[in-house]
Amino acid sequence: MADTAILETPSAALSRRRTMTLNMGPQHPSTHGVLRIVLDLDGEVILKAVADIGFLHTGIEKQCETKTWQQVVPLTDRVDYLSNLANNLAYVLAVERLLQIEIPPRAQYLRVMLTEISRIASHLVWLGTHALDIGAMSMFMYCFREREEILKILEMFSGQRMMTSYLRVGGVALDAPRGWEKVVGRFLDDFPGKIDMYENLLTGNPIWTLRTKGVGYMPLEDLLDWGVTGPMLRAAGLKWDIRKDEPYSGYDKFSFDVPTRTESDVFARYMVRMAELRESLKIARQALDGMPGGAFQADAPQITLPAREKMKTQMEALIYHFKIVTEGFAVPAGEAYACVESPRGELGYYVVSDGGTKPCRVHMRTPSFGNLQILGPMLENTLIADSIAALGSMDFVLGDTDR
Amino acid sequence: MLSEQVQGMRVTQALAGAAAGAVVDGKHDRGELTLEIDAARIAEVCRFLKSDKYERLAAVTCVDVYPMEPRFEMIYHMHSIARNERVRLKCKVGGERPEIESVFPVYRGADWYEREVFDLFGVFFRNHPNMTRILMPDDWEGHPLRKDYPVHGHKYSYSRE
Repeated sequence: MADTAILETPSAALSRRRTMTLNMGPQHPSTHGVLRIVLDLDGEVILKAVADIGFLHTGIEKQCETKTWQQVVPLTDRVDYLSNLANNLAYVLAVERLLQIEIPPRAQYLRVMLTEISRIASHLVWLGTHALDIGAMSMFMYCFREREEILKILEMFSGQRMMTSYLRVGGVALDAPRGWEKVVGRFLDDFPGKIDMYENLLTGNPIWTLRTKGVGYMPLEDLLDWGVTGPMLRAAGLKWDIRKDEPYSGYDKFSFDVPTRTESDVFARYMVRMAELRESLKIARQALDGMPGGAFQADAPQITLPAREKMKTQMEALIYHFKIVTEGFAVPAGEAYACVESPRGELGYYVVSDGGTKPCRVHMRTPSFGNLQILGPMLENTLIADSIAALGSMDFVLGDTDR
Repeated sequence: MLSEQVQGMRVTQALAGAAAGAVVDGKHDRGELTLEIDAARIAEVCRFLKSDKYERLAAVTCVDVYPMEPRFEMIYHMHSIARNERVRLKCKVGGERPEIESVFPVYRGADWYEREVFDLFGVFFRNHPNMTRILMPDDWEGHPLRKDYPVHGHKYSYSRE
């Protein structure tokens, strides 16, 4: 009697082995950066998905400990490079809480206006790439065309298109440039029509709805438990927005809605973000119309750099300038956690000072890191093709995840 | 000892009832409440807070206060959406092999945060299902966010080859 195993053909042995392991990334285009996902597959069905992150880890938190308090701001730009102003804002809010300084209204309004405009830019990158992944090629072109206008506005204010570093501890870097009202106003006038165009192309589109409705569903309890924040929670029906619930930088003076949906699928997340585009426009418009005059930096000579003219005429200003530039400013010992609603969710900076001119510890609670944890459970028992749509709906940035 | 202001706060009172003696210190500074918890009881405290409408564990992180001992301060940012309330828990751990109970069984969101602390600080979490490095390569030596880990320098000498 021959052993049956010897008689078995190679193909029969293969078909008995049911599952296959597939590497998705780290260079897969729909992972939007360098994310590696190890998929266990049964045919087209994903049995298990494990995310492998860290390819973009740059040790920013360690670097922060070697910089002076102000020098950390350019580093925060590089964390979430699509919404750098939100990162700047969370960091300076934390440091300002440690310093206990009052920020003048003009600086607060400028911060709010530009953060909202950069939220639009971030959502545009999400929308363009998300639609591109699902096959709507032209959306990508349209979104990047409009984003260009926003980058021009940011360049006008800060001199930089993406890594703006526009915020300073104590205010903003420069006052608004001449003629800014016209440029921002023109953008705010034009953009609602553009959103209508996107919605015309996608919202009722049968291919789009087939690819997104009912895909990537997650119940609200699981999302909360796994530490997910932002539009994904709001698409599951939770009306929680840090701008409303824990207002910072004068957000309580603006009127806007927090859009929610209840389906908690890819389509609901899409609808929430589209509505957020309109809300951001509303806020930016109010900031433009109500922009107060006055100083753009706090009256704190030991923290903010003096005006050029003062520096040349006043001895004290010169001394302050020298001290801030050479050794930085000291921050009273203590700890503070400031969080803002970034386009992706709760972005918090936990800052610890030992009383010196450099931070003792800066921890970035980045939304992408928390949100990506849900990836494994969300992709379980879905099709590979749907995983692309689900990944896009999470809107993560790998720089934000790995830091 | 706890100040009167901290003692008067709702969370502190609730914790005093549910987990007596777990809160060893606390402060209310710049509008933020920090409670220092006995490191051995962190999972118990988190379990109670979760039942007390603290739906979210916003983040877990660590601060190295080298060369003081115990050198690691574990930080848990707790958040209650229902009450719109935040509290920061702090646990001190130290020794040759610093370790603390994992809160993953309570909040699954702690998974990657605890792995990150293990990776970058070398604090070990008991009962964590997958205590491996997350950001650094698996074969990396040392824990970069420790204060005695250098900022500059090469791990390998390229010049000798």
